[in-house]
Amino acid sequence: MVATLDINLKVNGRDYPLKDVWIGESLLYVLRERLGLSGSKNACEQGECGSCSVLLDDTLVCSCLVLAADAEGVEVTTVEGIEGTDMPSQTETATPSSRPVGDDLLAAPGSVPHRHDALHSSYQNPVDTERIEGELLQATPPDMHPVKRAFAAAGAVQCGFCTPGLVMAVTDLLRHNPHPSELDAREAISGNLCRCTGYGRIFAAIRLAEELVQQSPNLRAPSRRAQ
Amino acid sequence: MVMSINRPTSLEEALQILADNPEMEILGGGTDFMVEVNYGHRRPVSILSLSRIAELRDFEVSGSELYLGSGITFSKLVAPPLAELVPGLAQAARTVGSPQIRNAGTIGGNLATASPAGDTLPILLALDARVEISSLNSVRSLRINEFITGPKQTVLQPQELITGIRVPLHDSSQEFLKVGTRNAMVISVATVALVIDWDSYRVGCGLGSVGPGPMEALEAERWLAAKIDWGNRRIPLEESALRSFSELVARAARPIDDHRSTAEYRRHAVAVCARRALERASHAYE
Repeated sequence: MVATLDINLKVNGRDYPLKDVWIGESLLYVLRERLGLSGSKNACEQGECGSCSVLLDDTLVCSCLVLAADAEGVEVTTVEGIEGTDMPSQTETATPSSRPVGDDLLAAPGSVPHRHDALHSSYQNPVDTERIEGELLQATPPDMHPVKRAFAAAGAVQCGFCTPGLVMAVTDLLRHNPHPSELDAREAISGNLCRCTGYGRIFAAIRLAEELVQQSPNLRAPSRRAQ
Repeated sequence: MVMSINRPTSLEEALQILADNPEMEILGGGTDFMVEVNYGHRRPVSILSLSRIAELRDFEVSGSELYLGSGITFSKLVAPPLAELVPGLAQAARTVGSPQIRNAGTIGGNLATASPAGDTLPILLALDARVEISSLNSVRSLRINEFITGPKQTVLQPQELITGIRVPLHDSSQEFLKVGTRNAMVISVATVALVIDWDSYRVGCGLGSVGPGPMEALEAERWLAAKIDWGNRRIPLEESALRSFSELVARAARPIDDHRSTAEYRRHAVAVCARRALERASHAYE
């Protein structure tokens, strides 16, 4: 006889009553296999890679190391839960200038003083990455979550497996520390392994996300929790 | 047996449950527990979760003692006010895993797992901290090296729970150094913790990953305590002193060869870390 439990989870603002859960099931397993939320990735199952990162209430954790049955009564936020719907509409967004976001990035390199030279200097490339980044930013939907948008526009994605975890880690970073130093940024993503990019474009994405988040003040308090 | 998870909200309730069901497996932050479950090394049947016991996450300063609830996470140790009260413990906690791991893992869990590589164990030993263990009808408190008896072995009985850690709050210099293959997310190859207690003229030196549990470098402690100019707060820094201290520290290590390092490298690493700990402790006063 395999005894099981019934548990109730709250994920991305929705209640999920679950039946016949084995007591040892991880939150990651439940998210992926029972709820179909496959954004959180399963790689190491020992907290080494960070690709399953989620927020438990306000805390960034590896969902593979959370017992699902112990997540009752806690708000779980996955990468699917930090969607653009959390963002104010464009008209409500108070932008510091009338120029669209990313405009300065479209300008010729060198013509705009960069606020984030330290971060940016971690990626030295003869390719005009700022121009490409700006173009890609224009091509991403403005109502997309700014951190996700930054990852897409900065080309911080190769195979993409680590990206959801990194998006969660960077979102968490910027909510607590809107202007991270390079060291802050490095420490914040030290639990997220990327085996493709070499992290250069990821740091570029963090810099871009920092700018985008500045123009989206509501980001720091996801709407679910504000309700 | 009925499969169950129990999530009490008070310590008293938890101890009652444990008294009635000593076979229950205790779940703290989950960063060790769940790895074992995920890899099939642990098949839990009944679990006592500590996640909802708020009092285990509290700390309290009373007189010259800090009481740390066993459920305090590494993240909480890294930040003020705890980082200011016990900077050496904060340094050690900051080397644990990653932000995600530090947000979940607890100091009580580090003790309960009793890994030879447990990062907070050498500094707790050097600080002369005591582990407080409670059952329904008793409380006992032990030094770290009385509590840990071997690799992943402790004196904890089935009805007992680690409830807290008592750390003396003295005017002291505290340093923690860790060697691993990278800075983040790494299990230590060797660690050295040094505490120079200016109030009680005591030196504490704890070593990690170089023995079956956290090791006390007793000879090195005695030697350094005799060399320090306590009145003028002067730590001996001449080359011969640094060498003698690091040699004595290395001699206290009982390292083994394993997949993470060789015994020889570990002994070398603790010697280098001991020397740097002494230098750093001294620079903190300049």
